[in-house]
Amino acid sequence: MNNMLIRLLAQRIALGLLLLLIISVVIFAGTILLPGDVAQSILGQSATPEALANLRAELSLNDPPMQRYVSWLLAAVQGDFGTALTSGQDIAQALGTRLRNTVFLAFWAAVVAVPLALFLGILAVRFKDLWPDKLISAVSLASISIPEFLIGYVLIYFVAVKLQWFPSVAMINDNMSLFEKLNAIALPIAVLALVVLAHMMRMTRAAILNVMQSAYIETAELKGLNALQVIYGHAFPNAIAPIVNVVMLNLAYLVVGVVVIEVVFVYPGMGQYLVDHVSKRDVPVVQACGLIFAAVYIGLNMIADIVALLANPRLRHPK
Amino acid sequence: MSDALLKVRDLKIGAVVFPPGEKPRELEIVHGVSFDLQRGKVLGLIGESGAGKSTIGLASMAYGRGGVKITGGEVWVNGRDILKSDQREVRALRGGEVSYVSQSAAASFNPAKKIMAQVIEAAVAQKKFSRKDAEQRARCLFAKLGLPDPDTIGERYPHQVSGGQLQRCMTALALCPEPDLVIFDEPTTALDVTTQIEVLMAIKEAIRDTGVAALYITHDLAVVAQVSDYIMVLKTGSLVEYGSVDKIINNPQEEYTKALVSIRSIAHQEQPAAGEAVLSVRDLTTRYKGTKFDVLHGVSMDLYPGQTLAVVGESGSGKSTLARVITGLLPPREGEIQFAGRKLSPDLKARTCEDLRELQMIYQMADVAMNPRHTVGTIIGRPLEFYFGMRGAEQKKRIIELLDEIELGEKFFDRYPAELSGGQKQRLCIARALAAKPKMIICDEITSALDPLVADGILKLLLDLQKIEGVAYLFITHDLATVRAISDTIAVMHQGKVQRYGRKSEVLSPPFDDYTELLLSSVPEMKLGWLEQVIAHRKIGSVGASMFALPDGARIPKLGGTRRCR
Amino acid sequence: MKIIPISALIGLFFTSLYFLIAILAPVVAPYGMAEIVGESWEPSSAEFLLGTDNIGRDLLSRMIYGGRTTIFIATAATFLSFTLGSVLGFFAAVKGGWIDQLLSRLIDLVMSIPTLIFALVVLSVTPATVPVLILVMGLLDSTRVYRLSRAVAVDIVAMDYIESARLRGERTTWIIFHEILPNALSPLVAEMGLRFIFAVLFVSTLSFLGLGVQPPEADWGGIVKENKEGIVYGIPAALIPAFAIATLAISVNLVADWVLNRTTSLKGGRG
Repeated sequence: MNNMLIRLLAQRIALGLLLLLIISVVIFAGTILLPGDVAQSILGQSATPEALANLRAELSLNDPPMQRYVSWLLAAVQGDFGTALTSGQDIAQALGTRLRNTVFLAFWAAVVAVPLALFLGILAVRFKDLWPDKLISAVSLASISIPEFLIGYVLIYFVAVKLQWFPSVAMINDNMSLFEKLNAIALPIAVLALVVLAHMMRMTRAAILNVMQSAYIETAELKGLNALQVIYGHAFPNAIAPIVNVVMLNLAYLVVGVVVIEVVFVYPGMGQYLVDHVSKRDVPVVQACGLIFAAVYIGLNMIADIVALLANPRLRHPK
Repeated sequence: MSDALLKVRDLKIGAVVFPPGEKPRELEIVHGVSFDLQRGKVLGLIGESGAGKSTIGLASMAYGRGGVKITGGEVWVNGRDILKSDQREVRALRGGEVSYVSQSAAASFNPAKKIMAQVIEAAVAQKKFSRKDAEQRARCLFAKLGLPDPDTIGERYPHQVSGGQLQRCMTALALCPEPDLVIFDEPTTALDVTTQIEVLMAIKEAIRDTGVAALYITHDLAVVAQVSDYIMVLKTGSLVEYGSVDKIINNPQEEYTKALVSIRSIAHQEQPAAGEAVLSVRDLTTRYKGTKFDVLHGVSMDLYPGQTLAVVGESGSGKSTLARVITGLLPPREGEIQFAGRKLSPDLKARTCEDLRELQMIYQMADVAMNPRHTVGTIIGRPLEFYFGMRGAEQKKRIIELLDEIELGEKFFDRYPAELSGGQKQRLCIARALAAKPKMIICDEITSALDPLVADGILKLLLDLQKIEGVAYLFITHDLATVRAISDTIAVMHQGKVQRYGRKSEVLSPPFDDYTELLLSSVPEMKLGWLEQVIAHRKIGSVGASMFALPDGARIPKLGGTRRCR
Repeated sequence: MKIIPISALIGLFFTSLYFLIAILAPVVAPYGMAEIVGESWEPSSAEFLLGTDNIGRDLLSRMIYGGRTTIFIATAATFLSFTLGSVLGFFAAVKGGWIDQLLSRLIDLVMSIPTLIFALVVLSVTPATVPVLILVMGLLDSTRVYRLSRAVAVDIVAMDYIESARLRGERTTWIIFHEILPNALSPLVAEMGLRFIFAVLFVSTLSFLGLGVQPPEADWGGIVKENKEGIVYGIPAALIPAFAIATLAISVNLVADWVLNRTTSLKGGRG
């Protein structure tokens, strides 16, 4: 490690934190500045002015926005997101189990999708311009054009309803064994994996091709090295960073894709929770979920950048 | 001839081309070439771009780059036809018997691995040497090639050494496995002229000391004449002429070869300066926004009507920056510019239409100097309309006049730039500049991207046009041969300063300052034994005494102590 | 002229078909949009070509009207995102300096939040009416158009022919319209196709989540939502609009792909 690299890393991490702070402002400001009023939304159009005023006071909607933001952020950092307007439940508590469920789902989707995508991406490069490559391109083009919920319902219709292999609704609870849980979420995992697979394959293919077309690969081939030596000795050290980058970006994408999939499979995760409370206009819940999703997304993007920095030999070994 | 190391018979090579909007089709790019190369000899392959020289070089390693495929013929190395060999034999050939030095060492070294690991890789993988012996041999080669710190340079990463040094490392990489044949593919083309001569000498000595045979590929006949025993001239994939160096240089038979040999023979007689200077710059100093270093330091020079001022220097000398300051793209910090008897505003926006019209510019890359979506007529027509309000039939008549002047003619009127060759594009840029009826044209390396014969044509055209139109040129170049060919006045620039300035005859006559001498003596000349003469001369000790390794490969200091590892 | 490849022809055909049906919806639809004409989830018959939906409306008519809504919203959002994104992108590229920096950092900021999450946060406080949906989608998507058009324009601005035009004394507007635009048009047109697909998928997703077009108005995402319960009973009504979304998206994609390939092959010439 050297000073230059440490400085760049520190800069990138600081940027990530700054970004997160600004996002928190945007999320908070967005929900109070936009037309529409929380109290009105909760009580409906027919609410009396007195009831509205009472509710506003109760939610401290009359305080200056800055003060509300600071107290909201300070509490949020300590893990306190307040209580849900609609149910009066503690948000942090409800989020706890749901976040765990979502991470569980996303984790297994990643476990399936990442190795598969890397393998298929490499396969596409190996058979570049031949039928496996063309097939892989066509499939990824198609799956980018297909809404996630279509894949979900097609699977439910054929695999769960017609074939009855897996349950159509992904209910899990703490009493289930790991195997039972995995069986329950088999279909959502499959859909999520399919959705990110396309992107990841395409990006992996591009990243590897980019490396394979470098002049130093030609040099290695002209040294009489065999394919394995070329790939492990020369392509791999340079391809690892772009590939990690691809994986991280797609995991970020997966975290968002989870929202729709949870609704399709009625899975008790964060996405379902968020969507439910958006339609109920439960602003504190939406803010909390929005902040967490954004944090994960920004965090994964940051890791991608950090890996790229760490892998750059020019930065690791300065002049 | 059965003991020839490399024997090529009726070699045919095809490539898949992708014409825009059409189906890819196969095209033959080498049409049945045959030659022999004996052990320990050097054969120079020379030709313009598209002549197929690199393709032939790589074919002797049974390798085709991109969509290139060897479609016919035989290539014998060490008595075996490598085109009929299996994978395993081909791998043993590559890096073991034949190795390759590319034009861009910077791209050919893996950025993620240390130099030493890459230099010895082939020797170890081919089981020619143990790792330890290979490293020993590499260090020895580093020393022989005149690299600084030969014992430790292998521990560095490619980006930690300079371009010229990396090119020598690449030579060490090729020589390390003790091959029988090395393919040098334009190994000095990307280097500055003073660096080129160092690398050239290092390569020459390494070839001599190791007794290896070599194919030396280049577009520069003067360079190849210094290192080869035989020369083969190629044109569009066919053999033009083959013979000993002496025969090709001193007694060429074919017209094409004669043209290549006489390439730098344009003789422009220096004209005396007359009248008031069209451009005079005084004490220009400037730096780029956000930087703390001046890139020009007090630059002054004059250009007289109808004459050519050549500004010559290596990369980083500030010559292109000077052009940006004169055109107003980069305002100077100090100094002033007089143009046609009036003071030019430092800022482009404050210049009058007349200022802009009378001062035109032509760029190095004609490709990107013209909008690809405009036709030739539009491109030349715009300045006519913009400056003179010329439209319709009158405009068209003038455009065709200009097309005739640049020797292209009316049939080019409706074409797009993409349909033209490099030389034709550059001619168009000249026509566009002339359309404004300028007093002066800045030519920024306008012949550098062109093949020598095409570049020669452009220079001749420029001189002819100068006689007709009386326009003055500020000619920026790194190539001293070009400078000799067309200038009246010369400014030699080095590290942002004018190192030497005066009439051509003065600048090119001794006594020289150290840098100008180094620069002048580094330009390859089209005669045998030139390299040895220069080296011998330098060893006696005018500039940067003992620049090169003694034949026994002793350690050598760096050039004048000024060139640091970039 | 060169022949249009078969995939692009198929794409063009279906894209125009969908647009035509959308425009002529009231003429071609056999029944009214919200008209209850039969039992719920009747199978396909001569009377109801695609069967009926969860409350007994003709699914075909609903699909046609739904397509009209989906395509209208997506087109309007694409139009908005394109106008805004490309104007700002060109402006930033040509002006450079602090204007470029400010705009680009702002766009980076918006793009660092996932689009769907951003939209959900906004829709939690604003009513989900059609203009709001168009505005939200158009604004969020304009960030991507901005990035592309700025990148394309920056590449072009770096070319010597732009510098040449500046040295000639041309005005900025002339440079944008005569030098930059002809070269930037093709990649932008191809991108427009991709943005349109994204808008279709996005509005469908929102409606599917119940946060987009509100009933009784129909749109394809909403029809999926209305009929999704049927899936469990083996009634595929929900798959039909989802299938329509996919075919429209693929068709537009095929066309966009072709436009893009034409562009690159033009660039791949010697120019």
